[in-house]
Amino acid sequence: MSYELLQQLINGLLIGFMYALIAIGLTLIWGVMNIVNFAHGDFLMVGMFTSFWLFTLYGIDPIVSIPICFLILFIVGWGIYRFIVSKVMKGPMLAQVVVTFGVSIFVANLAVYFWTPDFRLLPPTILQGTWNIGNLDLSVPKTVSAFGSIITTILVYLFLKKTRTGKAILATEMDREAALLMGINTERINSLSFGIGLALVGVAGAFLSTYYYIYPQVGSQFGTLAFCIVALGGFGSIGGAFIAGILVGLVQTLGGFFFDPSYKYAIVFAIYLITMWIRPQGLLGW
Amino acid sequence: MRRFTTRQVIPGVAVLIVLLIFPLIVQATFPIHVMILVFLFGMLGIGWNIMGGYAGMFSFGQAAFFGLGAYTSSYLSMTFGINPWIGLLAGGLVAAVVAAAIGYPCSSLRGHYFAIASIAFAEIVRVIFNNWKMVGAAEGLSLPMHQESFTNFVFNSSKLPYYYIALVFLLISLIVCYFVATSKMGYYFRAIKESHDVAEVLGVDVVRYRLIAIMISAFMSAVAGTFYAQYILYIDPESVMLLAISVQIVLISMLGGAGSVMGPVIGAAVLIPLAEYTRTMLGYKGTGVDMLIYGFLIMLISMYQPAGVWGLFSRIGRKTR
Amino acid sequence: MSKVTCLEVKGLSKWFGGLAANSDIDFSINEGEIVSIIGPNGAGKSTLFNCITGFYKPSSGNVTFYGRDITRLGADKICKIGIARTFQIVQVISDMTVLENVTTGALLRFQRIRPAMNKAEEILNFTGLNEKKDFLATELTIADKKRLEVSMALATQPRLLMLDESMAGLNKVELQQIIDLIKKIREKGMTLIVVEHVMEAVMKISDRVVVLNSGKKIMDGSPKEVVSNPEVIQAYLGEKYRAVAK
Repeated sequence: MSYELLQQLINGLLIGFMYALIAIGLTLIWGVMNIVNFAHGDFLMVGMFTSFWLFTLYGIDPIVSIPICFLILFIVGWGIYRFIVSKVMKGPMLAQVVVTFGVSIFVANLAVYFWTPDFRLLPPTILQGTWNIGNLDLSVPKTVSAFGSIITTILVYLFLKKTRTGKAILATEMDREAALLMGINTERINSLSFGIGLALVGVAGAFLSTYYYIYPQVGSQFGTLAFCIVALGGFGSIGGAFIAGILVGLVQTLGGFFFDPSYKYAIVFAIYLITMWIRPQGLLGW
Repeated sequence: MRRFTTRQVIPGVAVLIVLLIFPLIVQATFPIHVMILVFLFGMLGIGWNIMGGYAGMFSFGQAAFFGLGAYTSSYLSMTFGINPWIGLLAGGLVAAVVAAAIGYPCSSLRGHYFAIASIAFAEIVRVIFNNWKMVGAAEGLSLPMHQESFTNFVFNSSKLPYYYIALVFLLISLIVCYFVATSKMGYYFRAIKESHDVAEVLGVDVVRYRLIAIMISAFMSAVAGTFYAQYILYIDPESVMLLAISVQIVLISMLGGAGSVMGPVIGAAVLIPLAEYTRTMLGYKGTGVDMLIYGFLIMLISMYQPAGVWGLFSRIGRKTR
Repeated sequence: MSKVTCLEVKGLSKWFGGLAANSDIDFSINEGEIVSIIGPNGAGKSTLFNCITGFYKPSSGNVTFYGRDITRLGADKICKIGIARTFQIVQVISDMTVLENVTTGALLRFQRIRPAMNKAEEILNFTGLNEKKDFLATELTIADKKRLEVSMALATQPRLLMLDESMAGLNKVELQQIIDLIKKIREKGMTLIVVEHVMEAVMKISDRVVVLNSGKKIMDGSPKEVVSNPEVIQAYLGEKYRAVAK
């Protein structure tokens, strides 16, 4: 295998792990309350900006700001459910589909209003440079972010499987009515899940900010990709979202390598469509 | 079912008369331009409404059909000299065929899944057109300024002909929608919107009716696209196939009242002037305030009045029964 | 009772992965009969229902309706040829009025709204919902919603009506109303298949009873025969069972 191809594969993997982390938050929200958070990408952007401003204004290194991003986005997510999304849960399907679109447009343009549409980049921080292994280049921030994403995923997994609250979330995801009958406060689970979902994407944003351009519209590309990833992995399936994220990262990078880079998103979208036609429940969904 | 009460006819005729004499009284070009956009988006909203508001297929990809119409008629006119009016029909047909092709495999998708599929489809179309040299790729197509005439579908001395043509298109769309809504098709669409099971158990061929809805919707959107191309005389993927346009169409229909005939028109009449005037007053500073208001409005409507303005009217109407 | 065979099920099986939800089921129904399908939870009643009405495709076996093979037909075609059904969880069109709901059903046999609506009014008179015809479907009680669902099914002018647990959740008065309605429907020449848990009703309305257990048919006979059959009693062991043959 040529080194160039191997390099592409590795790049694809590294970005794939980031996609996975982004997708996990989305699939959690989707699985628990059957709402597609169309604003997911925009909250990734918020995470990126949070990390940016924490560094620019207070000198806090992005890696250190991860827990802060987690907390802030968690509270935001909890609030978004509690004050906005919960109001449409009993409403018509159209309202449920559209409401997060509204949040998306609002958040993205709020960012434009306060922070201008300018592109920003974090100067080199703790994470910088490249590791050279033989003929291969591993960008330090990308690699550390990928590992960070893996660790976060494992933590989420443990939380869901081992803690009482986590199990309550899984129960609600599997069978809402049964969970209600078991005395689980499903409204609180919803708020919690929305909070965790956004917190995860906030963490992803913090990682991304170490090497990606930061600007208000950056969320949309990641957001739309995230839907495809979640669909591919199976709605509600954490493991599915993880694997699908990696797959999409690989497909996108290799697709851009072999074909015209401008088609790479089209390829991912095509994959969503084909998945819906052939196996609507996705790879690991039920 | 198709009888009109005096309560409905008189305001309708009054509004029509006002619209007819509007451009003769208001001579400034910007308000006339805004009204043309109102008619255009009203038509797009009605198109969306047929598949979304009535049949429950919430599409966020209408811009693809809009763009397909614009590109088809423009390309035919520029390359083969085909008259834009014929190109209009051709565009509608192309859009309808593409709609059927994408609609068929998506026949069992509903709600969020359908919405995402529509976004995926529209983005694929946009990327294709952005890279397709034959239709100008990212540079788009600049329509040549032919001799001004109705046959050529080009007018450069005044906006008035465009105004009246757009109004006629809108009225035709309203009539089509009205007939669909009060026909067997309309009832079946609403059954499908409720659930596929209910529709099937009543003998409805769900796949077939979904396709019909998508095709009508696509045709209408494409016709609007041709109009736009002939009006602006420049099209590119960023101006006719953007997701933002699709979202705007959904918002217009929802604000006015999805699932009602007049809803999208009301929505367009409210939102388009709002968007255009806030943009000229604030928007171009790059602050995105107009979009901010949009997003906020979407949230508000979804949360508190999902049936839109029209829903408000019918609720008042029902209470007085 | 007519000797014409309305519905015939032969060797019907339905597998979900490794689980046989229906296993080699045979029975036939004559025109004008009311046949109840009973059995403990998980016996496969709903699966059988769905297989006959085109919501599932049987894994093997076949179903014939007045001699015509309908095994592979889709749900909408099944309705077109004359089999109508209701659902366990009531399915009506929420945004429509009662009249509009039934009109939608009637439109199967008409092309224009006016005649369909007239038919719908006729049906609503028959089922007793005509006073509520302008109510939105969501405004109805559960009992009325079930009655609406039956009205919608009747509007498609079926020859065979299949009711899926229509009596769940009804009080004594509502129960009697449904029983009366079913008898009224049969008097009009309809054949009925009824999946039911409410034994009292089963006894009152059925000409015959088919008993399912664990996917298999274990008994097919008159209500009296079924009620005193030891295998049937054993299948229901532990379930509240108080219908005694009178």
